[in-house]
Amino acid sequence: MTVLTVSMAETGTASVTRRARVLRRLRRNPLAVASFVVLALAGVIALLSPWLAPYSVDQTDFARTFAPPGTAGHLLGTDDLGRDVLSRIMLGARASLQVGLLAVATSLVIGVPLGLAAGYFRAWDAVISRFTDLLLAFPFLIMAVGLAAIRGASLGNAAVAIGIAQIPGVIRVVRSDTLRLKSLDFVAAAVVDGASDLWVLARHVLPNATSVILVQATVAIPAAILGEAVLSFLGLGIQPPAPSLGTMLATAQQFAARAPWAAVLPGVVIMGLALAFNVFGDALRDALDPKGDRR
Amino acid sequence: MARYLFTRAWQSALTLLLSTIVVFVGVRALPGDPALALAGEDRSPEALAAIRQHYGLDQPLPVQFAQYVERMAQGDFGVSIRTGTPVSSMLTTALPVTVELSVLAILIAAALGVGAGVLAAVRRGRPAEWFANGLALIGLSVPHFWLGLLAILYLSVATGLFPASGFVPILEDPVDNLHHIILPAVILGTGLAAIIMRQTRSAMLDSLSSDYVRTAKAKGLRPRAVITRHALRNSLIVVVTVVGLQLGGLISGAVVTEQIFGLPGFGKMTIDAVFQRDYPVIQAVVLLTAAAYIVINLLVDLLYSVIDPRIRVTGEPA
Repeated sequence: MTVLTVSMAETGTASVTRRARVLRRLRRNPLAVASFVVLALAGVIALLSPWLAPYSVDQTDFARTFAPPGTAGHLLGTDDLGRDVLSRIMLGARASLQVGLLAVATSLVIGVPLGLAAGYFRAWDAVISRFTDLLLAFPFLIMAVGLAAIRGASLGNAAVAIGIAQIPGVIRVVRSDTLRLKSLDFVAAAVVDGASDLWVLARHVLPNATSVILVQATVAIPAAILGEAVLSFLGLGIQPPAPSLGTMLATAQQFAARAPWAAVLPGVVIMGLALAFNVFGDALRDALDPKGDRR
Repeated sequence: MARYLFTRAWQSALTLLLSTIVVFVGVRALPGDPALALAGEDRSPEALAAIRQHYGLDQPLPVQFAQYVERMAQGDFGVSIRTGTPVSSMLTTALPVTVELSVLAILIAAALGVGAGVLAAVRRGRPAEWFANGLALIGLSVPHFWLGLLAILYLSVATGLFPASGFVPILEDPVDNLHHIILPAVILGTGLAAIIMRQTRSAMLDSLSSDYVRTAKAKGLRPRAVITRHALRNSLIVVVTVVGLQLGGLISGAVVTEQIFGLPGFGKMTIDAVFQRDYPVIQAVVLLTAAAYIVINLLVDLLYSVIDPRIRVTGEPA
């Protein structure tokens, strides 16, 4: 009987109640709610930033360079070229989220099918493992260095480098969840019933693996955001004059003696975004944990 | 055990071969004539022809690859386009800086991470756990290069406690060396510390509720002895695992940290090479990083199987 209930929960008849339980757990966790609100707010601001930003990001004012925060007309001050810091932070956060989503999308598009194949087909496992080892041997920064040398530095190349570096993580979690699901009765039943491998993977395995994929994505996005900031800071990511939180910090380092405050805000924003994703990811993992409120 | 060692060594060798092919192909995907890139200042037709012959660029690709592997294995990475010095001699001065920085960062991260992780598990549900958990989450979310920037601004420049940049070789003056490298090492170690802390906490929570700990308690062992004896052994596994898994992140982090603190290591060499389009240096950096990653992970796996006997049997981390 127990086995039957477990399988029922996995096949989807009971998935509505499962989803409701997960949502209820999330709603009862104040940290989850708070981080979700922060993320939703950041998302809205990022989406609408071209219209919300008080100034154009490229609008220079050489009469008012390095205005400190609180200056009339420039809430967060101005930078070395007299550009409005608030506007650049808003657009920079938008770029950060873009890279985060683009990188994670890249890693999922390549990693999920490979993870499914590695977990489901024994013969493919060894080959895909070697591929994973190969990817792991090139840390994201080194990958970005290589890509920048071959194709030049840009937002897109930064996102691709980060995304490729995140593929092994995706393969690992999807592979192990596929192995787990494959051993469950409802998958065996489908196979006995004559379902093709592709059907079983698409209809039974993938839908049940979505929760681990979701958790993986929520921890991968903040990592990608931090990665973008690093690459842009080093000049390997988003290229000036396009606004990026990383390049803002690089500029701040150059002018640290004149405007030390400029080194604080972009970093706080990057950390806030990453923290919100990480807190939400933790809460989501706890909420999805079938063992309940163990931790 | 022997079988496991053999499989792992074979897999590592294969990965090393594959990554060499990737770099070889990548070098050929670079814009422009590789002979031009290798020639540096002297771009006369004779010089180019000599380079083509020396590097076998006129040979078929498989022959070129074989020669390439031979040269790399001998440590001949070519000559830097910008400085004219052999890349291998640049590496011998740069690598010790990075290795020292990384080893110090790992030690700091292990001490902080294991300490905080054990504390969080033992003081479960109390303010100490919340504090440690919060700190770990912040450690995971903070851009480390930004922490470095703030540390320079508010610790080095403002108070003069630490030098803002520069490096003194350890053989020249060990004390001054430590003075220069300790702040970068702490900054580099924070992210790793956060990951080690979270893993240690979860491993400790598991082992605290396990049968052998219950047995140890039941036979009257003092709580402190239970924790230190079992925590230490399990933490060692956690640290070794995390270092193996996070090695890529550590290398990336070292590059950035060196750039911020002006340490003349592997990372600074890499970034300078990218902006100067110094292709022989970039190539050496990418290939060596991959090789180092593969070799260190092989060592970590072997070490791991020494610490945790279960792996010798199943061949996979439990």
